[in-house]
Amino acid sequence: MNSVFCLAGIVIKELYRRKDFYVLFVLTAIITLLLGSVNFFHEDKIVRYVKDICLLLIWLSSLVIAVVTTARQIPTERESRTIFPLLAKPVTRGQLVGGKFLGCWLACGIALLVFYLFFAVVVGAKEGRLPLSQYFQVIWMQWWMLAIVIAMVLLGSVLFSAPSANATICFAAILAILILGGHLHRLAAVQPSPLGQALSVLYFLIPHLEWFYAVRERLIFDSALLGWGDCLLAAAYAAAYVGLLLVATWTVFRRKILTV
Amino acid sequence: MKLRRWILGLFLLAGVFTLATELQPRALGWIGEKDTDQLVQVMLGDSRQILADHLFVEADIYFHSGYYPSVFDRSYAPTNSQHLIRDDHRSPAPDRDPIAESADNHDQAEHEKAMSFLAPPLDWIERFGRRFAITSHTHLAHGHEREILPWLRLSADLDPQRVETYTTAAYWLRRDLGKAREAEQFLREGLAANPSSYEILLELGRLYDENYHDSLRARNNWRAALKRWMETEPAKPKPDVLPLGQIAVRLARIEEREGRCDQAIALLNLVISHQATPNPEALREQIRVLQKRLPEGSQGK
Repeated sequence: MNSVFCLAGIVIKELYRRKDFYVLFVLTAIITLLLGSVNFFHEDKIVRYVKDICLLLIWLSSLVIAVVTTARQIPTERESRTIFPLLAKPVTRGQLVGGKFLGCWLACGIALLVFYLFFAVVVGAKEGRLPLSQYFQVIWMQWWMLAIVIAMVLLGSVLFSAPSANATICFAAILAILILGGHLHRLAAVQPSPLGQALSVLYFLIPHLEWFYAVRERLIFDSALLGWGDCLLAAAYAAAYVGLLLVATWTVFRRKILTV
Repeated sequence: MKLRRWILGLFLLAGVFTLATELQPRALGWIGEKDTDQLVQVMLGDSRQILADHLFVEADIYFHSGYYPSVFDRSYAPTNSQHLIRDDHRSPAPDRDPIAESADNHDQAEHEKAMSFLAPPLDWIERFGRRFAITSHTHLAHGHEREILPWLRLSADLDPQRVETYTTAAYWLRRDLGKAREAEQFLREGLAANPSSYEILLELGRLYDENYHDSLRARNNWRAALKRWMETEPAKPKPDVLPLGQIAVRLARIEEREGRCDQAIALLNLVISHQATPNPEALREQIRVLQKRLPEGSQGK
Protein backbone atom coordinates (compact mmCIF):
# COMPACT_ATOMS: atom_id res chain seq x y z
CA MET A 1 0.00 0.00 0.00
CA ASN A 2 2.93 2.26 0.82
CA SER A 3 4.29 1.96 -2.71
CA VAL A 4 0.86 2.91 -4.10
CA PHE A 5 0.91 6.14 -2.05
CA CYS A 6 4.54 6.82 -3.08
CA LEU A 7 3.60 6.48 -6.74
CA ALA A 8 0.54 8.69 -6.19
CA GLY A 9 2.74 11.35 -4.59
CA ILE A 10 4.99 11.41 -7.66
CA VAL A 11 1.98 11.93 -9.93
CA ILE A 12 0.72 14.82 -7.76
CA LYS A 13 4.18 16.44 -7.86
CA GLU A 14 4.11 16.07 -11.65
CA LEU A 15 0.81 17.97 -11.81
CA TYR A 16 2.14 21.02 -10.03
CA ARG A 17 5.40 20.97 -11.95
CA ARG A 18 3.70 20.97 -15.32
CA LYS A 19 2.03 24.06 -16.75
CA ASP A 20 -1.29 22.48 -17.86
CA PHE A 21 -3.16 23.26 -14.66
CA TYR A 22 -1.88 26.84 -14.40
CA VAL A 23 -2.75 27.65 -18.01
CA LEU A 24 -6.27 26.22 -17.67
CA PHE A 25 -6.84 27.94 -14.34
CA VAL A 26 -5.69 31.33 -15.62
CA LEU A 27 -7.85 30.95 -18.75
CA THR A 28 -10.89 30.02 -16.65
CA ALA A 29 -10.26 32.92 -14.30
CA ILE A 30 -9.79 35.49 -17.07
CA ILE A 31 -12.86 34.42 -19.04
CA THR A 32 -15.02 34.28 -15.90
CA LEU A 33 -13.86 37.66 -14.63
CA LEU A 34 -14.33 39.28 -18.03
CA LEU A 35 -17.85 37.88 -18.34
CA GLY A 36 -18.64 38.77 -14.76
CA SER A 37 -17.72 42.38 -15.39
CA VAL A 38 -20.17 42.78 -18.31
CA ASN A 39 -23.14 44.93 -17.42
CA PHE A 40 -26.57 43.99 -18.79
CA PHE A 41 -29.25 46.67 -18.47
CA HIS A 42 -27.54 48.12 -15.36
CA GLU A 43 -28.61 45.03 -13.42
CA ASP A 44 -25.86 44.02 -10.97
CA LYS A 45 -27.50 40.93 -9.52
CA ILE A 46 -27.43 38.80 -12.67
CA VAL A 47 -25.21 35.86 -11.78
CA ARG A 48 -26.42 32.60 -13.30
CA TYR A 49 -24.73 33.08 -16.67
CA VAL A 50 -21.42 33.62 -14.85
CA LYS A 51 -22.01 30.43 -12.83
CA ASP A 52 -22.96 28.57 -15.99
CA ILE A 53 -19.90 29.56 -17.98
CA CYS A 54 -17.47 29.26 -15.08
CA LEU A 55 -18.75 25.75 -14.25
CA LEU A 56 -18.55 24.75 -17.91
CA LEU A 57 -14.92 25.91 -18.00
CA ILE A 58 -14.20 24.07 -14.74
CA TRP A 59 -15.69 20.87 -16.18
CA LEU A 60 -13.74 21.21 -19.41
CA SER A 61 -10.50 22.03 -17.61
CA SER A 62 -10.83 19.18 -15.14
CA LEU A 63 -11.59 16.75 -17.95
CA VAL A 64 -8.54 17.97 -19.90
CA ILE A 65 -6.34 17.69 -16.80
CA ALA A 66 -7.66 14.20 -15.99
CA VAL A 67 -7.39 12.81 -19.52
CA VAL A 68 -4.07 14.39 -20.49
CA THR A 69 -2.34 13.66 -17.17
CA THR A 70 -3.52 10.04 -17.07
CA ALA A 71 -2.95 9.28 -20.76
CA ARG A 72 0.79 9.92 -20.52
CA GLN A 73 1.50 8.12 -17.22
CA ILE A 74 2.31 4.56 -18.32
CA PRO A 75 3.49 5.33 -21.92
CA THR A 76 5.99 7.93 -20.63
CA GLU A 77 7.35 5.49 -18.06
CA ARG A 78 7.78 2.94 -20.84
CA GLU A 79 9.33 5.34 -23.32
CA SER A 80 11.86 6.72 -20.84
CA ARG A 81 12.42 3.17 -19.54
CA THR A 82 11.95 4.35 -15.94
CA ILE A 83 9.33 1.63 -15.62
CA PHE A 84 12.05 -1.04 -15.26
CA PRO A 85 13.76 0.36 -12.13
CA LEU A 86 10.27 1.12 -10.80
CA LEU A 87 9.12 -2.49 -11.20
CA ALA A 88 12.44 -3.71 -9.77
CA LYS A 89 11.87 -1.80 -6.47
CA PRO A 90 9.87 -4.15 -6.10
CA VAL A 91 6.57 -2.63 -7.15
CA THR A 92 4.06 -5.01 -8.68
CA ARG A 93 2.22 -4.10 -11.86
CA GLY A 94 -1.01 -3.97 -9.90
CA GLN A 95 0.50 -1.45 -7.46
CA LEU A 96 1.77 0.61 -10.38
CA VAL A 97 -1.72 0.78 -11.89
CA GLY A 98 -3.24 1.56 -8.47
CA GLY A 99 -0.61 4.22 -7.71
CA LYS A 100 -1.03 5.92 -11.04
CA PHE A 101 -4.81 5.93 -10.65
CA LEU A 102 -4.72 7.25 -7.10
CA GLY A 103 -2.17 9.93 -8.02
CA CYS A 104 -4.19 11.18 -10.96
CA TRP A 105 -7.43 11.10 -8.97
CA LEU A 106 -5.97 12.99 -6.01
CA ALA A 107 -4.28 15.47 -8.35
CA CYS A 108 -7.65 16.12 -10.02
CA GLY A 109 -9.22 16.51 -6.59
CA ILE A 110 -6.67 19.17 -5.64
CA ALA A 111 -7.22 20.94 -8.98
CA LEU A 112 -11.00 20.82 -8.40
CA LEU A 113 -10.63 22.37 -4.96
CA VAL A 114 -8.63 25.28 -6.40
CA PHE A 115 -11.14 25.78 -9.23
CA TYR A 116 -14.14 25.70 -6.89
CA LEU A 117 -12.45 28.03 -4.43
CA PHE A 118 -12.18 30.56 -7.23
CA PHE A 119 -15.79 29.85 -8.27
CA ALA A 120 -17.03 30.33 -4.70
CA VAL A 121 -15.18 33.64 -4.35
CA VAL A 122 -16.47 35.06 -7.66
CA VAL A 123 -20.05 33.81 -7.32
CA GLY A 124 -20.19 34.51 -3.59
CA ALA A 125 -19.13 38.11 -4.22
CA LYS A 126 -21.93 38.55 -6.75
CA GLU A 127 -24.63 36.51 -5.01
CA GLY A 128 -23.77 37.39 -1.44
CA ARG A 129 -24.16 33.83 -0.17
CA LEU A 130 -22.14 30.64 0.04
CA PRO A 131 -24.18 27.40 -0.23
CA LEU A 132 -21.39 25.14 1.06
CA SER A 133 -23.45 21.93 1.06
CA GLN A 134 -24.31 22.41 -2.60
CA TYR A 135 -20.67 23.11 -3.47
CA PHE A 136 -19.63 20.00 -1.57
CA GLN A 137 -22.13 17.85 -3.48
CA VAL A 138 -21.03 19.23 -6.85
CA ILE A 139 -17.33 18.70 -6.08
CA TRP A 140 -18.06 15.23 -4.70
CA MET A 141 -20.01 14.16 -7.79
CA GLN A 142 -17.52 15.67 -10.21
CA TRP A 143 -14.59 14.04 -8.42
CA TRP A 144 -16.24 10.62 -8.64
CA MET A 145 -17.03 11.17 -12.31
CA LEU A 146 -13.36 12.01 -12.85
CA ALA A 147 -12.46 8.73 -11.11
CA ILE A 148 -14.34 6.83 -13.85
CA VAL A 149 -12.70 8.97 -16.54
CA ILE A 150 -9.21 8.39 -15.10
CA ALA A 151 -9.76 4.63 -14.85
CA MET A 152 -11.06 4.63 -18.43
CA VAL A 153 -8.02 6.54 -19.72
CA LEU A 154 -5.67 4.31 -17.75
CA LEU A 155 -7.18 1.29 -19.50
CA GLY A 156 -6.80 3.14 -22.81
CA SER A 157 -3.13 3.82 -22.06
CA VAL A 158 -2.37 0.08 -21.98
CA LEU A 159 -4.56 -0.66 -25.00
CA PHE A 160 -3.67 2.10 -27.46
CA SER A 161 -0.24 2.73 -28.89
CA ALA A 162 0.08 6.48 -28.34
CA PRO A 163 -1.14 8.85 -25.58
CA SER A 164 -2.58 11.21 -28.21
CA ALA A 165 -4.76 8.46 -29.73
CA ASN A 166 -5.86 7.39 -26.27
CA ALA A 167 -6.75 10.96 -25.24
CA THR A 168 -8.71 11.60 -28.44
CA ILE A 169 -10.67 8.36 -28.21
CA CYS A 170 -11.42 8.93 -24.52
CA PHE A 171 -12.58 12.52 -25.13
CA ALA A 172 -14.88 11.31 -27.92
CA ALA A 173 -16.26 8.53 -25.70
CA ILE A 174 -16.86 10.88 -22.76
CA LEU A 175 -18.59 13.43 -24.98
CA ALA A 176 -20.74 10.72 -26.55
CA ILE A 177 -21.77 9.39 -23.12
CA LEU A 178 -22.58 12.89 -21.86
CA ILE A 179 -24.73 13.69 -24.89
CA LEU A 180 -26.25 10.32 -25.78
CA GLY A 181 -25.84 8.20 -22.66
CA GLY A 182 -29.24 8.92 -21.18
CA HIS A 183 -31.12 8.50 -24.45
CA LEU A 184 -29.63 5.29 -25.85
CA HIS A 185 -32.41 3.04 -24.56
CA ARG A 186 -35.10 5.24 -26.12
CA LEU A 187 -33.17 5.28 -29.40
CA ALA A 188 -32.83 1.49 -29.12
CA ALA A 189 -36.59 1.13 -28.78
CA VAL A 190 -37.20 2.59 -32.26
CA GLN A 191 -34.37 0.78 -34.06
CA PRO A 192 -34.71 -2.56 -35.90
CA SER A 193 -33.66 -5.74 -34.07
CA PRO A 194 -29.86 -6.18 -34.14
CA LEU A 195 -29.06 -2.47 -33.89
CA GLY A 196 -31.68 -1.89 -31.22
CA GLN A 197 -30.33 -4.75 -29.12
CA ALA A 198 -26.75 -3.53 -29.55
CA LEU A 199 -27.77 -0.05 -28.40
CA SER A 200 -29.58 -1.53 -25.40
CA VAL A 201 -26.52 -3.54 -24.40
CA LEU A 202 -24.38 -0.42 -24.78
CA TYR A 203 -26.83 1.54 -22.64
CA PHE A 204 -26.52 -0.89 -19.74
CA LEU A 205 -22.75 -1.26 -20.24
CA ILE A 206 -21.55 2.34 -20.24
CA PRO A 207 -20.95 4.38 -17.10
CA HIS A 208 -23.66 7.03 -17.00
CA LEU A 209 -21.53 10.13 -16.62
CA GLU A 210 -24.49 12.36 -17.47
CA TRP A 211 -25.88 11.84 -13.93
CA PHE A 212 -22.83 13.52 -12.51
CA TYR A 213 -22.92 16.33 -15.06
CA ALA A 214 -26.59 17.05 -14.26
CA VAL A 215 -25.58 18.16 -10.77
CA ARG A 216 -23.83 21.13 -12.35
CA GLU A 217 -27.22 22.41 -13.54
CA ARG A 218 -28.66 22.07 -10.05
CA LEU A 219 -25.98 24.45 -8.78
CA ILE A 220 -26.56 26.95 -11.60
CA PHE A 221 -30.31 27.07 -11.06
CA ASP A 222 -30.18 26.93 -7.26
CA SER A 223 -32.19 23.70 -7.11
CA ALA A 224 -32.75 21.87 -3.86
CA LEU A 225 -29.93 19.78 -2.38
CA LEU A 226 -29.56 16.22 -3.59
CA GLY A 227 -30.30 13.45 -1.15
CA TRP A 228 -27.07 12.48 0.63
CA GLY A 229 -28.02 8.85 0.11
CA ASP A 230 -28.20 9.45 -3.64
CA CYS A 231 -24.74 11.04 -3.57
CA LEU A 232 -23.36 7.97 -1.78
CA LEU A 233 -25.12 5.61 -4.19
CA ALA A 234 -23.71 7.53 -7.16
CA ALA A 235 -20.23 7.28 -5.57
CA ALA A 236 -20.71 3.53 -5.10
CA TYR A 237 -21.81 3.24 -8.75
CA ALA A 238 -18.67 5.14 -9.82
CA ALA A 239 -16.48 3.04 -7.50
CA ALA A 240 -17.85 -0.16 -9.07
CA TYR A 241 -16.91 1.07 -12.57
CA VAL A 242 -13.50 2.23 -11.35
CA GLY A 243 -12.90 -1.22 -9.86
CA LEU A 244 -13.92 -2.96 -13.08
CA LEU A 245 -11.81 -0.70 -15.27
CA LEU A 246 -8.74 -0.99 -12.99
CA VAL A 247 -8.98 -4.76 -12.93
CA ALA A 248 -9.24 -4.73 -16.75
CA THR A 249 -6.20 -2.42 -16.92
CA TRP A 250 -4.21 -4.65 -14.61
CA THR A 251 -5.22 -7.77 -16.59
CA VAL A 252 -3.99 -6.26 -19.85
CA PHE A 253 -0.94 -4.62 -18.28
CA ARG A 254 0.41 -7.68 -16.47
CA ARG A 255 0.72 -9.57 -19.78
CA LYS A 256 2.11 -6.58 -21.64
CA ILE A 257 5.64 -6.64 -22.99
CA LEU A 258 7.16 -3.43 -21.71
CA THR A 259 9.97 -2.89 -24.18
CA VAL A 260 9.00 -0.26 -26.79
CA MET B 1 26.57 58.92 -25.51
CA LYS B 2 24.14 58.03 -22.73
CA LEU B 3 22.60 61.51 -22.90
CA ARG B 4 22.13 61.18 -26.63
CA ARG B 5 20.22 57.90 -26.10
CA TRP B 6 17.99 59.54 -23.50
CA ILE B 7 17.26 62.47 -25.83
CA LEU B 8 16.46 60.04 -28.66
CA GLY B 9 14.19 58.05 -26.35
CA LEU B 10 12.36 61.17 -25.22
CA PHE B 11 12.06 62.36 -28.81
CA LEU B 12 10.52 59.02 -29.84
CA LEU B 13 8.18 59.08 -26.83
CA ALA B 14 6.99 62.57 -27.78
CA GLY B 15 6.52 61.40 -31.38
CA VAL B 16 4.47 58.39 -30.30
CA PHE B 17 2.33 60.54 -27.99
CA THR B 18 1.66 63.09 -30.76
CA LEU B 19 0.80 60.34 -33.22
CA ALA B 20 -1.52 58.71 -30.69
CA THR B 21 -3.49 61.94 -30.19
CA GLU B 22 -3.91 62.13 -33.95
CA LEU B 23 -4.82 58.49 -34.49
CA GLN B 24 -7.03 57.89 -31.45
CA PRO B 25 -10.16 59.68 -32.77
CA ARG B 26 -9.78 57.88 -36.09
CA ALA B 27 -9.34 54.52 -34.36
CA LEU B 28 -12.62 55.08 -32.53
CA GLY B 29 -14.25 55.35 -35.93
CA TRP B 30 -12.57 52.14 -37.14
CA ILE B 31 -13.96 50.11 -34.29
CA GLY B 32 -17.34 51.83 -34.29
CA GLU B 33 -20.51 49.87 -33.66
CA LYS B 34 -21.46 49.67 -37.32
CA ASP B 35 -18.09 48.26 -38.30
CA THR B 36 -18.22 45.74 -35.49
CA ASP B 37 -21.68 44.72 -36.69
CA GLN B 38 -20.39 44.36 -40.23
CA LEU B 39 -17.44 42.33 -39.02
CA VAL B 40 -19.72 39.98 -37.09
CA GLN B 41 -21.99 39.75 -40.12
CA VAL B 42 -19.10 38.85 -42.42
CA MET B 43 -17.71 36.33 -39.96
CA LEU B 44 -20.97 34.61 -39.06
CA GLY B 45 -23.22 35.30 -42.05
CA ASP B 46 -26.69 33.79 -41.76
CA SER B 47 -25.57 31.60 -38.89
CA ARG B 48 -26.09 34.71 -36.75
CA GLN B 49 -29.81 33.99 -36.82
CA ILE B 50 -29.28 30.37 -35.79
CA LEU B 51 -27.05 31.52 -32.95
CA ALA B 52 -29.59 34.17 -31.95
CA ASP B 53 -32.33 31.52 -31.90
CA HIS B 54 -30.13 29.32 -29.77
CA LEU B 55 -29.51 32.14 -27.31
CA PHE B 56 -33.24 32.85 -27.13
CA VAL B 57 -33.81 29.17 -26.32
CA GLU B 58 -31.10 29.51 -23.66
CA ALA B 59 -33.13 32.34 -22.12
CA ASP B 60 -36.15 30.01 -22.16
CA ILE B 61 -34.11 27.28 -20.46
CA TYR B 62 -33.11 29.76 -17.76
CA PHE B 63 -36.74 30.84 -17.41
CA HIS B 64 -37.60 27.21 -16.69
CA SER B 65 -34.63 26.87 -14.31
CA GLY B 66 -33.07 24.16 -16.43
CA TYR B 67 -36.20 22.04 -16.91
CA TYR B 68 -36.30 21.87 -20.69
CA PRO B 69 -36.58 19.21 -23.40
CA SER B 70 -33.24 17.92 -24.66
CA VAL B 71 -32.37 17.76 -28.37
CA PHE B 72 -34.04 14.33 -28.41
CA ASP B 73 -37.33 15.72 -27.09
CA ARG B 74 -37.31 18.95 -29.08
CA SER B 75 -40.74 18.18 -30.49
CA TYR B 76 -41.95 19.05 -26.99
CA ALA B 77 -40.08 22.38 -26.91
CA PRO B 78 -42.30 25.47 -26.70
CA THR B 79 -43.28 26.65 -30.16
CA ASN B 80 -43.84 30.27 -29.16
CA SER B 81 -42.51 32.60 -26.51
CA GLN B 82 -45.85 33.64 -24.97
CA HIS B 83 -45.12 31.70 -21.78
CA LEU B 84 -42.00 33.84 -21.36
CA ILE B 85 -44.10 36.94 -20.81
CA ARG B 86 -46.72 35.48 -18.61
CA ASP B 87 -46.67 36.12 -14.91
CA ASP B 88 -47.75 32.99 -13.01
CA HIS B 89 -47.03 34.42 -9.62
CA ARG B 90 -49.26 37.43 -9.52
CA SER B 91 -52.97 37.88 -9.41
CA PRO B 92 -54.16 39.51 -12.63
CA ALA B 93 -54.37 43.27 -12.63
CA PRO B 94 -57.94 44.54 -12.15
CA ASP B 95 -57.89 46.46 -15.43
CA ARG B 96 -56.33 43.65 -17.43
CA ASP B 97 -57.93 43.25 -20.83
CA PRO B 98 -60.00 40.07 -21.27
CA ILE B 99 -58.32 39.22 -24.57
CA ALA B 100 -54.86 38.92 -23.07
CA GLU B 101 -56.29 37.07 -20.10
CA SER B 102 -58.17 34.37 -22.01
CA ALA B 103 -55.27 33.99 -24.47
CA ASP B 104 -52.96 33.57 -21.49
CA ASN B 105 -55.15 30.89 -19.93
CA HIS B 106 -55.27 28.98 -23.20
CA ASP B 107 -51.52 29.33 -23.74
CA GLN B 108 -50.82 28.26 -20.17
CA ALA B 109 -52.76 25.02 -20.59
CA GLU B 110 -50.99 24.35 -23.90
CA HIS B 111 -47.62 25.15 -22.36
CA GLU B 112 -48.20 22.87 -19.36
CA LYS B 113 -49.13 20.08 -21.74
CA ALA B 114 -46.09 20.67 -23.94
CA MET B 115 -43.69 20.77 -21.03
CA SER B 116 -44.75 17.44 -19.58
CA PHE B 117 -42.21 15.78 -21.85
CA LEU B 118 -40.75 13.39 -19.28
CA ALA B 119 -42.13 9.95 -20.05
CA PRO B 120 -42.19 7.39 -17.20
CA PRO B 121 -38.69 5.90 -16.71
CA LEU B 122 -38.07 2.68 -18.61
CA ASP B 123 -35.47 1.15 -16.29
CA TRP B 124 -33.56 1.66 -13.03
CA ILE B 125 -30.81 3.64 -14.75
CA GLU B 126 -33.25 6.27 -15.99
CA ARG B 127 -35.17 6.24 -12.68
CA PHE B 128 -32.01 6.78 -10.64
CA GLY B 129 -30.60 9.31 -13.12
CA ARG B 130 -33.68 11.52 -12.69
CA ARG B 131 -32.76 12.07 -9.04
CA PHE B 132 -29.89 14.23 -10.23
CA ALA B 133 -31.66 16.11 -13.00
CA ILE B 134 -34.12 18.99 -12.68
CA THR B 135 -37.53 17.42 -13.19
CA SER B 136 -40.09 19.98 -12.06
CA HIS B 137 -41.68 22.58 -14.29
CA THR B 138 -41.27 26.01 -12.71
CA HIS B 139 -40.89 29.54 -13.98
CA LEU B 140 -38.55 32.17 -12.59
CA ALA B 141 -40.20 34.59 -10.19
CA HIS B 142 -39.57 37.28 -7.56
CA GLY B 143 -37.05 39.25 -9.60
CA HIS B 144 -35.04 36.20 -10.68
CA GLU B 145 -36.39 36.81 -14.18
CA ARG B 146 -33.36 39.09 -14.58
CA GLU B 147 -31.28 35.95 -15.18
CA ILE B 148 -32.68 35.60 -18.71
CA LEU B 149 -31.59 39.11 -19.71
CA PRO B 150 -27.96 38.41 -20.76
CA TRP B 151 -29.12 35.80 -23.29
CA LEU B 152 -31.78 38.13 -24.68
CA ARG B 153 -29.27 40.97 -24.99
CA LEU B 154 -26.83 38.72 -26.87
CA SER B 155 -29.63 37.32 -29.03
CA ALA B 156 -30.67 40.85 -30.02
CA ASP B 157 -27.06 41.75 -30.81
CA LEU B 158 -26.76 38.78 -33.14
CA ASP B 159 -30.14 39.10 -34.81
CA PRO B 160 -31.60 42.61 -34.45
CA GLN B 161 -34.59 41.57 -36.57
CA ARG B 162 -35.88 39.15 -33.94
CA VAL B 163 -38.77 41.18 -32.52
CA GLU B 164 -39.79 38.94 -29.62
CA THR B 165 -36.34 39.32 -28.05
CA TYR B 166 -37.03 43.03 -27.49
CA THR B 167 -40.60 42.60 -26.27
CA THR B 168 -39.71 39.77 -23.87
CA ALA B 169 -36.73 41.59 -22.34
CA ALA B 170 -38.69 44.85 -22.07
CA TYR B 171 -41.62 43.09 -20.42
CA TRP B 172 -39.51 41.82 -17.53
CA LEU B 173 -37.40 44.94 -17.28
CA ARG B 174 -40.42 47.20 -16.84
CA ARG B 175 -42.70 44.82 -14.91
CA ASP B 176 -40.62 43.25 -12.18
CA LEU B 177 -37.19 44.76 -12.27
CA GLY B 178 -38.17 48.43 -12.12
CA LYS B 179 -36.04 49.32 -15.12
CA ALA B 180 -38.49 51.21 -17.30
CA ARG B 181 -35.76 53.45 -18.75
CA GLU B 182 -33.67 50.46 -19.83
CA ALA B 183 -36.79 48.79 -21.25
CA GLU B 184 -37.64 51.90 -23.24
CA GLN B 185 -34.10 52.19 -24.56
CA PHE B 186 -34.08 48.53 -25.61
CA LEU B 187 -37.46 48.85 -27.30
CA ARG B 188 -36.33 51.98 -29.15
CA GLU B 189 -33.28 50.04 -30.30
CA GLY B 190 -35.59 47.28 -31.51
CA LEU B 191 -37.87 49.75 -33.23
CA ALA B 192 -34.92 51.29 -35.07
CA ALA B 193 -34.02 47.82 -36.39
CA ASN B 194 -37.67 46.86 -37.06
CA PRO B 195 -39.57 50.02 -37.98
CA SER B 196 -42.67 48.11 -39.07
CA SER B 197 -43.06 46.08 -35.88
CA TYR B 198 -46.45 46.58 -34.25
CA GLU B 199 -45.40 44.25 -31.39
CA ILE B 200 -42.65 46.65 -30.26
CA LEU B 201 -45.01 49.64 -30.54
CA LEU B 202 -47.61 47.74 -28.50
CA GLU B 203 -45.01 47.07 -25.78
CA LEU B 204 -43.83 50.70 -25.90
CA GLY B 205 -47.42 51.82 -25.41
CA ARG B 206 -47.77 49.50 -22.41
CA LEU B 207 -44.60 50.94 -20.94
CA TYR B 208 -45.88 54.53 -21.28
CA ASP B 209 -49.28 53.57 -19.93
CA GLU B 210 -48.35 51.29 -17.03
CA ASN B 211 -44.97 52.65 -15.98
CA TYR B 212 -44.99 56.34 -16.89
CA HIS B 213 -48.81 56.77 -16.74
CA ASP B 214 -48.48 58.87 -19.87
CA SER B 215 -51.75 58.20 -21.73
CA LEU B 216 -50.94 60.55 -24.56
CA ARG B 217 -47.74 58.79 -25.60
CA ALA B 218 -49.29 55.39 -24.95
CA ARG B 219 -52.16 56.28 -27.28
CA ASN B 220 -49.78 57.55 -29.96
CA ASN B 221 -47.77 54.34 -29.84
CA TRP B 222 -50.84 52.12 -29.95
CA ARG B 223 -52.28 54.12 -32.83
CA ALA B 224 -49.01 53.66 -34.69
CA ALA B 225 -49.11 49.95 -33.78
CA LEU B 226 -52.66 49.64 -35.11
CA LYS B 227 -51.62 51.37 -38.33
CA ARG B 228 -48.66 49.01 -38.80
CA TRP B 229 -50.85 46.00 -38.08
CA MET B 230 -53.33 47.18 -40.73
CA GLU B 231 -50.48 47.68 -43.22
CA THR B 232 -48.95 44.24 -42.78
CA GLU B 233 -51.27 41.60 -41.34
CA PRO B 234 -54.60 41.69 -43.26
CA ALA B 235 -52.80 40.77 -46.50
CA LYS B 236 -51.42 37.59 -44.94
CA PRO B 237 -53.31 34.30 -45.41
CA LYS B 238 -53.38 33.76 -41.63
CA PRO B 239 -53.12 37.15 -39.90
CA ASP B 240 -51.95 37.26 -36.28
CA VAL B 241 -55.11 38.71 -34.72
CA LEU B 242 -54.14 38.47 -31.04
CA PRO B 243 -52.00 41.65 -31.09
CA LEU B 244 -54.81 43.48 -32.90
CA GLY B 245 -57.16 42.65 -30.04
CA GLN B 246 -54.60 43.76 -27.45
CA ILE B 247 -53.86 47.04 -29.24
CA ALA B 248 -57.47 47.94 -30.00
CA VAL B 249 -58.87 47.08 -26.56
CA ARG B 250 -56.18 49.14 -24.83
CA LEU B 251 -56.70 52.01 -27.21
CA ALA B 252 -60.47 51.79 -26.70
CA ARG B 253 -59.95 52.01 -22.95
CA ILE B 254 -57.99 55.26 -23.33
CA GLU B 255 -60.58 56.69 -25.72
CA GLU B 256 -63.33 55.79 -23.26
CA ARG B 257 -61.39 57.40 -20.40
CA GLU B 258 -61.09 60.60 -22.38
CA GLY B 259 -64.75 60.64 -23.30
CA ARG B 260 -64.48 59.63 -26.97
CA CYS B 261 -66.96 56.79 -26.69
CA ASP B 262 -67.66 56.68 -30.45
CA GLN B 263 -64.00 55.93 -31.19
CA ALA B 264 -63.89 53.35 -28.42
CA ILE B 265 -66.93 51.61 -29.94
CA ALA B 266 -65.32 51.66 -33.40
CA LEU B 267 -62.19 50.04 -32.01
CA LEU B 268 -64.11 47.32 -30.18
CA ASN B 269 -66.11 46.64 -33.33
CA LEU B 270 -62.83 46.28 -35.20
CA VAL B 271 -61.75 43.58 -32.74
CA ILE B 272 -65.04 41.71 -33.15
CA SER B 273 -65.02 41.97 -36.94
CA HIS B 274 -61.49 40.52 -37.13
CA GLN B 275 -62.40 37.76 -34.65
CA ALA B 276 -59.51 38.95 -32.53
CA THR B 277 -61.13 37.95 -29.26
CA PRO B 278 -62.08 34.56 -27.88
CA ASN B 279 -64.92 36.24 -25.95
CA PRO B 280 -66.79 38.61 -28.32
CA GLU B 281 -69.88 38.68 -26.10
CA ALA B 282 -67.97 40.56 -23.37
CA LEU B 283 -66.95 43.20 -25.91
CA ARG B 284 -70.52 43.48 -27.26
CA GLU B 285 -71.70 44.10 -23.73
CA GLN B 286 -69.02 46.77 -23.35
CA ILE B 287 -70.19 48.37 -26.61
CA ARG B 288 -73.79 48.45 -25.32
CA VAL B 289 -72.58 50.24 -22.16
CA LEU B 290 -70.61 52.74 -24.22
CA GLN B 291 -73.52 53.38 -26.57
CA LYS B 292 -75.66 54.42 -23.60
CA ARG B 293 -73.06 57.09 -22.81
CA LEU B 294 -73.16 58.54 -26.33
CA PRO B 295 -75.00 61.84 -26.89
CA GLU B 296 -78.74 61.39 -27.82
CA GLY B 297 -78.46 61.97 -31.60
CA SER B 298 -75.49 59.68 -32.27
CA GLN B 299 -76.62 56.52 -30.42
CA GLY B 300 -77.96 54.76 -33.46
CA LYS B 301 -74.75 55.18 -35.49
